Amino acid sequence: MAKGVKPRIKVPKQASAGEAITIKTLISHKMETGLRKDADGNKIPQSIINRFTCDFNGSNVVDFDMKAGISVNPYFQFEAVVPESGEFKFTWYDDDGSVYEKTKKITVS
Amino acid sequence: MKISRRKVVVLGTSAVSASLLPLNLLAQSDGQSAEDIIKEFTGGANIGSGDIMLTTPEIAENGNTVPISVESKKATAIKILALGNPGPDVVTFKFGPLSATRSASTRIRLRKTQDVLAIAKLEDGSFIQDIQKVKVTIGGCGG
Repeated sequence: MAKGVKPRIKVPKQASAGEAITIKTLISHKMETGLRKDADGNKIPQSIINRFTCDFNGSNVVDFDMKAGISVNPYFQFEAVVPESGEFKFTWYDDDGSVYEKTKKITVS
Repeated sequence: MKISRRKVVVLGTSAVSASLLPLNLLAQSDGQSAEDIIKEFTGGANIGSGDIMLTTPEIAENGNTVPISVESKKATAIKILALGNPGPDVVTFKFGPLSATRSASTRIRLRKTQDVLAIAKLEDGSFIQDIQKVKVTIGGCGG
């Protein structure tokens, strides 16, 4: 597992049914492109987060495929509709095989 | 065959313009070219224009992190390409049944001043695109 990886998510705590809510996510990650060279002139191998998904109660919201062109500490903002109260599940997939997960609850009135 | 001076001039200019043409799309890329990536995404279908909006800054001072956002109301997937990057493929946004407006924002790396292209796949299977030029003051791909 890469060091210092910390996901941060902003989801409103409450919403009304069918309302479009804005979700912001950020995960700290160095997103090494594979193009940089170290002091000895050797290429530093690519190490990025290559996929991000967001699901709500088992149903998909978004699924993003990422390449090296995404900046350090990948940030995403998108919108979701919530039909009922439940839990958002956020998943990041790292090149080294590790998977970072975080969940957020939301109450729908 | 006798070649007049006029013919020589015409031949010369057409040769120069032909050699300049591929520069637009075939920016130097280590892996797949932008054309290959587009073909893979669209399956060779025609790309029209329409309801897709790509928002980028006109001038990006730091190419390491350029904020972009894209919106297309009927899209099921949107692909972002940075045509002047060593790897033009940047990100593919796929929208599931619970996504509200088909919009997304993120931050991308740009090596130099270049065009950023967004291609959306719509619910009816057709494709539309939007292109924006971004001026980059300091490039952001390392290397």
